[in-house]
Amino acid sequence: MKEKRLLLAHRSEFFRAVRNFFYDAGFIEVETPVKIHAPAPEEYIESVRSEGDFLRTSPELAMKVLLSEGCERIFQIGSCFRANEMGRKHLEEFTMLEFYAAGWNYRELAEFTAAMLESASGNDPLFADFEFVTVDEAYRRYAGVSAFDADRDDTFDELMVTKVEPELGRDKLTFLTDYPASRASLARLSAANPAVAERWELYRNGLELGNAFGELTDPAEQRKRFAAANAFRAAHGMHPYPEPTAFYRALDRGLPQSSGCAIGMDRLLMLLCGAEDIRQVRA
Amino acid sequence: MYNASDLKKGLKIEIDGAPWIITEFEFCKPGKGTALYRCKMKNMITGAGMEKTYRPTDKIDKPDLEEREMIYGYYDGHHYVFSDPNTYEEFPVSEETLGDSRYFLIEEATCNFVLFNGEPIEITLPTFIEKEITETEPGARGDTATNVMKPAKIDNGFEIQVPLFINQGDVIRIDTRTGTYAERVSKA
Repeated sequence: MKEKRLLLAHRSEFFRAVRNFFYDAGFIEVETPVKIHAPAPEEYIESVRSEGDFLRTSPELAMKVLLSEGCERIFQIGSCFRANEMGRKHLEEFTMLEFYAAGWNYRELAEFTAAMLESASGNDPLFADFEFVTVDEAYRRYAGVSAFDADRDDTFDELMVTKVEPELGRDKLTFLTDYPASRASLARLSAANPAVAERWELYRNGLELGNAFGELTDPAEQRKRFAAANAFRAAHGMHPYPEPTAFYRALDRGLPQSSGCAIGMDRLLMLLCGAEDIRQVRA
Repeated sequence: MYNASDLKKGLKIEIDGAPWIITEFEFCKPGKGTALYRCKMKNMITGAGMEKTYRPTDKIDKPDLEEREMIYGYYDGHHYVFSDPNTYEEFPVSEETLGDSRYFLIEEATCNFVLFNGEPIEITLPTFIEKEITETEPGARGDTATNVMKPAKIDNGFEIQVPLFINQGDVIRIDTRTGTYAERVSKA
């Protein structure tokens, strides 16, 4: 491990290279508000409160509003906040890279992401190659059960953490694709197989780096999912979130077919610097 | 009761009536999933290891553990009897609980007890104790090498490896953590 001064110089260099890659690929950099009125209702993500509002857990909804307004290639790097997430790989405040491309499917977005990582890291061998593995393949291979059975038996997360994740991305970047439909989050279901969602998570050396969706654009389906998430939150003693009305208006106006991805910049730097603790790679 | 968010390395918890100490801890949160608290732990009585993953809603029992200083008194033929220096309450301890430590007990020695539900599960003796050698081959005069060892017995028959220059009647210091010879205290 390098000393802090050198780690931060490495971090700065990496950020510059990431931005350059996006600029060269025709993306514009945007900044959406950090203090927001309505975070996306998600089952297990808690917001930090801020004077009646919330600090964003992700810039997703605001960036999708921009997509609906004709911004077709956008990226953002900024702080996000998630309450009660603290550990070797977690911080309540962390730095997210989030990007959207209209017209791309989630596989194309994965290929772009792999190319971005290889380039921005200066061709680091960590990012030299990548593979696609479906969630169900990974569960059968490493946990000996079908992902759909694990999901139904409520052992999905435990098996993910104890059996599956440690095996992912051992030799190359692994895009873990096609989550069971119940875990679609804000992804659309696959037209070819509605039992799975167009969603992937990216792994290297067992470390989760990012999450991506073939974006759900159906306004009715999206309202239904947020209502279900809020109902789940209420039933489990968590406060439901206000309606994200600007986002709903954007969906009603029409979201282009698009894909989007969120990547933890601190996690990437942990990998690149060989850091055991996320705090080591932040100022 | 502890909440899952109280879990951390070094915390002592109770599972199915046994005390466990957490030796490794990691906060996990698989993509969009629930927070999970992964623990590796060691049974404080048997030393057995185990891994367990908790969810945020899990409640975990708190073991009734207490640390106390005790003075060793005597062997009653079945048990080694210790007593609390303040209350004079007696604690008979079995051979099994003490293991090889029983050979290094000296009257009036202050020992540290960890009690679980009032029963001693861990007993720490003074780090060094002194014992007389009651039986060993005669020492090789002038041989002061400390790396060549020979067997010797202490008063209770426990066999220990000592350097060649040690003679019957010498008093030696023993490290009770390892049960090994540390140094000679006095010559016979």
